[in-house]
Amino acid sequence: MHNYTLTELSASLRAKKISSTELTQHFLARIEKYDKTLNSFITVTPTIALEQAKQADLHLQKGNGSPLMGIPFAHKDIFCTLGIKTSCASKMLDNFIAPYDATLVSWLNQAGIVLLGKTNMDEFAMGSSNENSFYGAVKNPWDISRVPGGSSGGSSAAVAARLTPAASGTDTGGSIRQPAALCNLTGLKPTYGRISRYGLIAFASSLDQAGPLTQTAEDAALLMNSMAGFDEKDSTSIEQPVPNYLLTLNDSLKGLKIGLPKEYFSQDLDPKVSTTIQAAIKLYEQLGAKISRVSLPNCQLVIPLYYIIASAECASNLARYDGVRYGYRCNNPVDLNDLYERTRGEGFGHETKRRLLMGTYVLSAGYCDAYYTKAQKIRALLIEEFKAAFKEVDILLGPTTPTTAFKLGEKINDPVSMYLSDIYTIAISLAGLPAISIPAGFINGLPLGMQLIGRPFTEAKLLNAAHRYQQVTDWHKKIPENFNL
Amino acid sequence: MTSAAHKQSKQNKLESYPKSTDAWESVIGLEVHVQLSTQSKLFSGAATAYGAEPNTQACAIDLALPGVLPVLNAEAVNMAIRFGLSIQADIPHYSTFARKNYFYPDLPKGYQISQHENPIIGRGQLTIILENGEEKIISITRAHLEEDAGKSLHEGFENRTGIDLNRAGTPLLEIVSEPDLASPKEAVIYLKTLHTLVRYLDISDGNLQEGSFRCDANVSVRRSHQKKLGTRVEIKNLNSFRFIEKAIQYEIDRQIAILEKGGDIEQETRLYDTDKQETRSMRSKEDAKDYRYFTDPDLCPVVINTDYIEKIYPTLPELPQKKLVRFQKEYQLSAYDAGLLTAVRELADYFEAVVKEKVSAKLAVNWIMGELTAALNKANLSLIESPINAQRLAGLLQRIEDNTISSTIAKEVFEELWVSNQTSDEIIQEKNLQQITDQAAISKIIDEVLIKYPQQLTEYRAGKDKLFSFFVGQAMKASGGKVNPQQLNKLLKEKLNS
Repeated sequence: MHNYTLTELSASLRAKKISSTELTQHFLARIEKYDKTLNSFITVTPTIALEQAKQADLHLQKGNGSPLMGIPFAHKDIFCTLGIKTSCASKMLDNFIAPYDATLVSWLNQAGIVLLGKTNMDEFAMGSSNENSFYGAVKNPWDISRVPGGSSGGSSAAVAARLTPAASGTDTGGSIRQPAALCNLTGLKPTYGRISRYGLIAFASSLDQAGPLTQTAEDAALLMNSMAGFDEKDSTSIEQPVPNYLLTLNDSLKGLKIGLPKEYFSQDLDPKVSTTIQAAIKLYEQLGAKISRVSLPNCQLVIPLYYIIASAECASNLARYDGVRYGYRCNNPVDLNDLYERTRGEGFGHETKRRLLMGTYVLSAGYCDAYYTKAQKIRALLIEEFKAAFKEVDILLGPTTPTTAFKLGEKINDPVSMYLSDIYTIAISLAGLPAISIPAGFINGLPLGMQLIGRPFTEAKLLNAAHRYQQVTDWHKKIPENFNL
Repeated sequence: MTSAAHKQSKQNKLESYPKSTDAWESVIGLEVHVQLSTQSKLFSGAATAYGAEPNTQACAIDLALPGVLPVLNAEAVNMAIRFGLSIQADIPHYSTFARKNYFYPDLPKGYQISQHENPIIGRGQLTIILENGEEKIISITRAHLEEDAGKSLHEGFENRTGIDLNRAGTPLLEIVSEPDLASPKEAVIYLKTLHTLVRYLDISDGNLQEGSFRCDANVSVRRSHQKKLGTRVEIKNLNSFRFIEKAIQYEIDRQIAILEKGGDIEQETRLYDTDKQETRSMRSKEDAKDYRYFTDPDLCPVVINTDYIEKIYPTLPELPQKKLVRFQKEYQLSAYDAGLLTAVRELADYFEAVVKEKVSAKLAVNWIMGELTAALNKANLSLIESPINAQRLAGLLQRIEDNTISSTIAKEVFEELWVSNQTSDEIIQEKNLQQITDQAAISKIIDEVLIKYPQQLTEYRAGKDKLFSFFVGQAMKASGGKVNPQQLNKLLKEKLNS
């Protein structure tokens, strides 16, 4: 049952071949069986899941409900879920039961999904390996000595091991696309403003964007139909009509102009990665696409750019965790400073503190112009560069990551090397563009992802290009053997 | 050191100083926080009413729960624009919100959403009228929207501090003036003018006790020939006109005393102690916080186009200064009377409603500022709560003007009006208070008085003129105050001198 895509399960549910309750029980059993190894869930919610499944079955019996009715699902533990612990993988929020649903959560609830639980992640979404979690590292189902990527590592490992048919993630600099690439999944980061951020616990507000982690582009399209849309509670969400993403999935790619950013195919690129991506490009040519080269020179600067902007925003966003109103509070504070210092000193993990220090530094008087203000100017230039590139092409294509999944512990003490694993995804976040990572092949038994980048609000085009590729390849169908029993 | 010696040494010191016989000049700029009277908060839907149970008017957004986002209250923007238009300000096409980052328990997000680089209201001006009647234009640098913090409660919690977040997120308009004010008096006139203006615009209740109108003052002094401004000191959180004047005066005196002793002024923030009536240091420039301002990524820029401004413009009320001029012209009021009436919009409206009922302006002013104000003060009521509305008061004044009753009797009727629902006419009828204007009746009353006091009559006729008023008084008393005074005077004089 777990070998089916979300789309297939949706059809089976509606054809009454299976019930949501059966499906839910099946996935709960898989979580029970495999998650001790993977650690992909922070909270499993069997009671809620079975109750929701029961309700969904009632609707399905009457022939009611959206295509997502009764589909088991998992939310990254960054989304607030009413009455359910919402920890952001931090000791700081270990005791936090959200008193409200994030807009995304509420919309998917209305569509009828069944919540299996909340997935593990890097603390406050800061990380590329899912090793920065208060609840311990998540293992990659393709090789449990390796990382699943981050920060949506719990969601990607859970979907890769088919502990859930699909999951939500968030992407600030690559946190959906990079784990999707490392776990052989389809991961879509929509245009900034496409999905509401209300109830998504903020890391870097100008970059954070929710999206689906799925087995196929078709599954992603199905989910996007319920996830996307304007939300008046989020001032940065954009009032733009939501197309039915399923309708254009099979459009022809004849004449599609694909650009290859030359900075993404430099001499430093691992030859095996290069070969794999080149093969995918060949396929696109066979599907009728026209390939050309473009240049995005400021992409060289994206790592420092990102760590200035994202850290500045996070230092401010995380100031609310002060031990005063909710969350972790240190024992017996003697005065206000002691309360702040020990609460935050004890409540946050190392990487979070590193970013808080960086972020505070780049905004401080005397340094702000040299760092934050300058970074914003370069960000504006970068946006212009992408605009110029998109005058010539419809889609940009390149590797999602410079390597396949690395070993647990390999980069944890070398933050710069860790940060470099997002080198291909960060620029897109800074420019607010939509991008999708899809499976493109395997290197030494480990999956490699390919990234398609589009103009703002061209998610339908990206899903179409991804879907057509998946029609002629089967990388995305491969499941890690040890979890396919 | 004897006092004389002390004086001597002080003089010597002064003499050794760069010689300046020029007078000291004070330079004052004000930052006023006006709480806007919106129904809900600046970035959330929670109510803003004052005095609710702690933390009952704080929603998820005000509590800064994880994941919440701010949404700008359009009404607050509206109010800011109204203010901008009323001070002929530059209203930028584009304005942004910034985060002012600092930690404090009553600041839930760890930052305040304010405006830094692109305020909603740019440069404008406010004309004030000095005590000598001269006009002075005070430049306003800017006005920006920001959210208020909550309150820390130190009483009633042993060794702990309570936090009330009802006020957190309440919209404020911070109005920053140029250092154009030359004295504590001018500062207070500016504040009162501003206070009147925001209430006219109906953008704030201006309640000083509840903190709806708070002020920080930047004060420095310099020799009058000196061009460069002196080092300024900021005095925080002044919330009564009286204290503002005292605090600024204290600070000016303090600075002059330091400079005259050859000392330097330290740039710092000081608090005014209302009990000791002095300012004391709160933090020095070195301790000044680094607020790490940056544009709030949760909020989009506010774009104000001309159409929007043109829609708001016609909704502005007649502004106090315009009304002041009109009142003097249209009703021939003195500057003083017109000033009193136009200081509060409700008062001006009340006055006009009375005058509209064909009551003379002067009589209306006298009664509104006299009897009515006194009665309201005594009962601790505001004009809006007055048991006597404009129409009822006008009904009374009409009867004075048509001589149905005298002013003295009118006061009696006024007291009745205050406690009953009757009209003046009903009261006059019922109590039979009509003035006696019948010549024969008055004559009869006078005759009776003259018979009753033969002694006084003899004295008067012997030349004791002062007794005239004695007879007036007796006649009035005999008539229950109802005799028409002019007629009485005339007739009495005739009879006495006959």
